[in-house]
Amino acid sequence: MILRFLESAGATVRESIESLGFATRAFFNLLRFAPGAFRRPALISEQIHFIGNYSLVITIVSGLFVGLVLGLQFYVNLIQFGAEDKLGSLVALSLIRELGPVVTALLFAGRAGTSLTAEIGLMKAGEQLSAMEMMAVNPVQRVLAPRFWGGVIAMPVLAAVFSAVGIMGSYLVAVKMLSLDEGAFWSQMQAGVDVNRDVVSSVIKSFVFGIAVTFTAVFQGYHVKPTPADVARATTRTVVIASLLVLGLDFVMTALMFTQ
Amino acid sequence: MSNLVEIRDLEFAYGDRKILSNLRMDFPRGKLIAVMGGSGCGKTTVLRLIGGQIRPQRGAVRVGGEVVHELRTDGLYRLRRKMGMLFQFGALFTDLTIFDNVAFPLREHTDLPEELIRDLVLMKLNAVGLRNASKLKPGEISGGMARRVAVARAIALDPELIMYDEPFAGLDPISMGLTANLIRNLNDALGSTSILVSHDVNETFAIADYVYFMSAGKIVAEGTPAELRVSQDPYVKQFVNAEPDGPVPFHYPGKSLADDLGLGAKR
Amino acid sequence: MHRKIIDIWVGLFVLLGAAAVLFLALQAGNMSSLSFAETYAVTGKFDNIGGLKPQAPVKSAGVVVGRVGDISFDDKTYQAMVRLDLDPNYKFPKDSSLKILTAGLLGEQYIGIEPGGDTKNLVDGDRINRTQSATVLEDLINQFIYSKAADGKESSK
Repeated sequence: MILRFLESAGATVRESIESLGFATRAFFNLLRFAPGAFRRPALISEQIHFIGNYSLVITIVSGLFVGLVLGLQFYVNLIQFGAEDKLGSLVALSLIRELGPVVTALLFAGRAGTSLTAEIGLMKAGEQLSAMEMMAVNPVQRVLAPRFWGGVIAMPVLAAVFSAVGIMGSYLVAVKMLSLDEGAFWSQMQAGVDVNRDVVSSVIKSFVFGIAVTFTAVFQGYHVKPTPADVARATTRTVVIASLLVLGLDFVMTALMFTQ
Repeated sequence: MSNLVEIRDLEFAYGDRKILSNLRMDFPRGKLIAVMGGSGCGKTTVLRLIGGQIRPQRGAVRVGGEVVHELRTDGLYRLRRKMGMLFQFGALFTDLTIFDNVAFPLREHTDLPEELIRDLVLMKLNAVGLRNASKLKPGEISGGMARRVAVARAIALDPELIMYDEPFAGLDPISMGLTANLIRNLNDALGSTSILVSHDVNETFAIADYVYFMSAGKIVAEGTPAELRVSQDPYVKQFVNAEPDGPVPFHYPGKSLADDLGLGAKR
Repeated sequence: MHRKIIDIWVGLFVLLGAAAVLFLALQAGNMSSLSFAETYAVTGKFDNIGGLKPQAPVKSAGVVVGRVGDISFDDKTYQAMVRLDLDPNYKFPKDSSLKILTAGLLGEQYIGIEPGGDTKNLVDGDRINRTQSATVLEDLINQFIYSKAADGKESSK
């Protein structure tokens, strides 16, 4: 009994390592063909439109709400110490350092990631990718690479928009609703947020998240079994794996960037 | 008459499951050869091996003298540019219009100016009778029409070898006759070699020059349609006459009915 | 054409992103550590730097005149060596003094530089000798407790 359990545990570990290796090889394969995609900038720009522009609404609305809530929550707690003019600084730092990149990446995985996986999965199920191969066109370069670049370029833009809208939302709550001093709000924020350390790290984080989420989405779609049931399961896998990757990478990057 | 494609001693398996064994086939230039057999006999696998999408465990497929699985990527892509393939349900690119679908191979592999591509695409579509549908998308046309567009796309670069995977599956009688004539006329007009995988006896026999019959990964019979119609081979007879039972059994193999109902002698 | 419309939207999208980043950089953040302007370096030795960190401001009369660069330990004199990167627009006399101060009661620590009276000014590489270390909170509390205890003893005599 115990032997069987150990056997299956060992097999699971071996399979996980195998699929990790497979995914890594696929990643480098994609990187190999990715620069070639820039010879057809129209394809990439089309993908930026589908992935980025179509995610703008959800990003802006979410950013606004997160900013509003942060404004309220921090106010309620800071007022107890008389430190409420630190509100702007705290909200801005929370958004720029963490919530902007991470929440945007999670939303991105759910909205753009699933649609990428489904689209590519259906192309595979309909033999469109095989047809492309038989026409001597590399599907990795023609289909996967432009979508990869589209996601990698769109993510930092979306994260920056999220943070900016969030800050404006907290401004609405703090200055317009709770009558905090406008000057103190912005000046404390400016004193607390350092462009080099915070804004640049935020852009780097969202760039890395863009790579992780977009790669997961196209990888899951490309390696799906050509049945409708598996396409559906692949989209779920994309969201789960991409979200875990984002949170894990966030920890690693925060440790590297913000501790001394 | 030299062979464009030659298959010798071919063996292919997925893991432990043997799909093809000891296969030997010749596809002479300019001819229309059919590969027929029941579902799961391995005929689509043969096409995949010729196109280089999978590699055989043993044996070789030679196209124009080159062994396909020994080619590296650029060689393989060079070879594929001389082939056209029709996939079972068309496999058109659903996000492009019909025009863009047929133009795809031209735009990818040639540097022709757009005006010339436009003329070529319209001519190919005209050959299949769908020139006026060029602005529609694959989702807006019927299955039979999509199949014809896929034929137009397969011949866009005037290939030497055209492969058709179940081109008649699911078509109405009118479309079937149409498609069969199209395949034959295109083969003769372009001077290419065509390989037709199908299990539709009537249409295929009407247009093929030579037929290979497969069952369970082996060739069980071959010959011209006329020869096969009068063949005494039990497998060919069952297939050609559409008999329900014969070498291809009706019942899924396993226990007999008597055993299942508990009436068997050994208990 | 269809392509042109998409390109316009993508262009707007990227512009929006650039605008957001600019907003974050200019309106929400300060560019202080981004300036690659020239500075001149001056060092000072301290017995205790408290919670002073690199990039902390150096202020005079409350105005930021430079930043703390490198902090290291001298194991011959067992003192902390702090390098200050000062803005070349501001000159200080050679006998200026350094104090480690705290912003607010519990805030970040910074260095205050008080000008002396020398006619000659500090140049790159100079050492400031008059330094006052950071006030460590625990010592302050101890002082307070002992002075209270001393008061108590006196009044009970």
